[in-house]
Amino acid sequence: MNSVILRAGTSYLAGLLLVFSVYMMLRGHNEPGGGFIGGLTGATGFVLYAIGCSVGEARKALRVLPQTIAIWGLFIALAAGLFAAVFGDALFTGQWLFIGETEDDKGLPLSSVLVFDIGVYLVVFGSVLTLVFAMEEEI
Amino acid sequence: MSWLLALPIAIPFLTAVATFLTRDMPVGRWLSIIGSAILLAASIVLMNTVLREGVIAGQMGGWAAPFGITLVADLLSAVMVLITAIVAVAVSIYALADVDEKMERLGYHALFNMLIAGVVGAFVTGDLFNLYVWFEVMLIASFGLLVLGGRPEQIDGGVKYVALNLVSTIMFLTGIGLLYGMTGTLNMADLASAVDTADQQLLTVVAVLFMIAFGVKAAVFPLFFWLPASYHTPAFSVSAVFAGLLTKVGVYALLRMFTLVFDHDTAFTHTILLWVAGFTMVVGVLGAAAQSDMRKILSFHIVSQIGYMILGLALLTPLAIVGAVFYLVHHIVVKANLFLIAGVAQRIAGGTELSRIGGLYKSAPFLAVLFVIPAFSLAGFPPLSGFWAKFLLVKATLEIEAWFIAFIALAVGLLTIYSMTKIWAQAFWEPHPDGVEPKLSKLSTRERNAFLIPIAGLAILTVIIGTMPEPFVQFAERSAAQLLDPTPYITAVLGEQP
Repeated sequence: MNSVILRAGTSYLAGLLLVFSVYMMLRGHNEPGGGFIGGLTGATGFVLYAIGCSVGEARKALRVLPQTIAIWGLFIALAAGLFAAVFGDALFTGQWLFIGETEDDKGLPLSSVLVFDIGVYLVVFGSVLTLVFAMEEEI
Repeated sequence: MSWLLALPIAIPFLTAVATFLTRDMPVGRWLSIIGSAILLAASIVLMNTVLREGVIAGQMGGWAAPFGITLVADLLSAVMVLITAIVAVAVSIYALADVDEKMERLGYHALFNMLIAGVVGAFVTGDLFNLYVWFEVMLIASFGLLVLGGRPEQIDGGVKYVALNLVSTIMFLTGIGLLYGMTGTLNMADLASAVDTADQQLLTVVAVLFMIAFGVKAAVFPLFFWLPASYHTPAFSVSAVFAGLLTKVGVYALLRMFTLVFDHDTAFTHTILLWVAGFTMVVGVLGAAAQSDMRKILSFHIVSQIGYMILGLALLTPLAIVGAVFYLVHHIVVKANLFLIAGVAQRIAGGTELSRIGGLYKSAPFLAVLFVIPAFSLAGFPPLSGFWAKFLLVKATLEIEAWFIAFIALAVGLLTIYSMTKIWAQAFWEPHPDGVEPKLSKLSTRERNAFLIPIAGLAILTVIIGTMPEPFVQFAERSAAQLLDPTPYITAVLGEQP
């Protein structure tokens, strides 16, 4: 599509969508959001870029094949699940680390659940872009 | 305990990741074989444990049932996982010669392993919504495999396949929604008792929704049209794994749900299943008789054979369930093997259209022997595995004096012989119309090994089941007993019930 307005708008919106997608993913831990919706939002940024400029440009901006992103996401998600084995728990049992924990403050919580969410984010992000890029190139 | 159940799913997923990252390298195809072999080892351990300790269950993420996702393996699940792993090993060896580098670069091995993960997941899950997820994993992976290569007839078959399977998905989701609304749980073991207090008439409606959803997957009459429309288009290793495993997941889901949960109104639901079984057998075998392409004939025979398994479920007597379980296992081995053989025939004789090939018996007698074993096992010749499977089912129908359905089962067996002799006569017996000699020596040694080792292995398995049926029948009996009395299953998932 050849529209100056869309192209100009895209350069701002794409970045904004990507930042927002990360926010959505992190927020998903205790509130509505999460890796799936975050991945979709992030993919929208690149889809917009592909429509506004061209698929070639979007691919170049992405640097890696979207398929590769998806498969690494799958690996990260699996690794987060398998990580529980180290502690002898069942698959996908959340493992937690509280940094700076005190008597009445839990401190900064880090967990394998977040790693899993990042994996999901990448799977969704990668597979949506694989599909959309392929379809855009057909047209 | 829970890792024993999770590993058969995690292994193919990890193999998928590894094979995708190495898809440009020759090592990728070996990784696929290694992954399948590890899966086989894990499933043997699982089988061993289930045989020793009875039904085992694991709560994923440490969330207690019925709130979290439970993985459960009883004898039926364990044997299905085992047979899936066997087929996966066979097909991934076969793919060494069958799948070209172009398909490998597009990610054939990754999709194949994802499909296996989906199939295994469906067999071990104890949660209905999780089952739906595995169906989707299977659907996406199988659609990718189906259209890999992008020839027009592949896309045509792929679209029909996905369209009908999406209808099944919608039915399945609607059923899940209604069931959850009625009972507040989706854990299968929990559902078994929770449905007792639900509205029984609405429950029957839900049962029929599930019957349609799984019926599409299993390719029963009148929902089977997607199968013959798509199975003859992809690579042979793909259609072999589809033919062996995909429809059987639908049959497994029917077996599980209609013995565990939907057994409240068997006079209604299982009578429908009985009619469906009869029609599926007859329509499938007649459809096959009208075809002249080897893969299309075999595709229609899948439909016809599914009818036998549904028959076992519909009768719901102990012997009938034994027959259904035995049939399920025998059929996977035989059917996958027949498609693998069709692939070799295509390679050396130049096609699968029966009028255009021939002379295989004279030029490739070893292949002919390998074909005869699964083909006549499919038709139910003694002493091959198919004979015992049919024998058990027919005996079950005679036991309850269902003469008509017994007659149909026997007549369909006869017509199966007709189709198999048609392939035998035209592809193997008659000379090749173009005077070509379809010799196995046309293939390089590497290709010959990759083709014939898995085919011979599966054929030997068929002969073993056929000549020594006793332990297999005993196993099927134990498995059927678990299906008909789900108390151990429920106890394993939910703990001791008050």
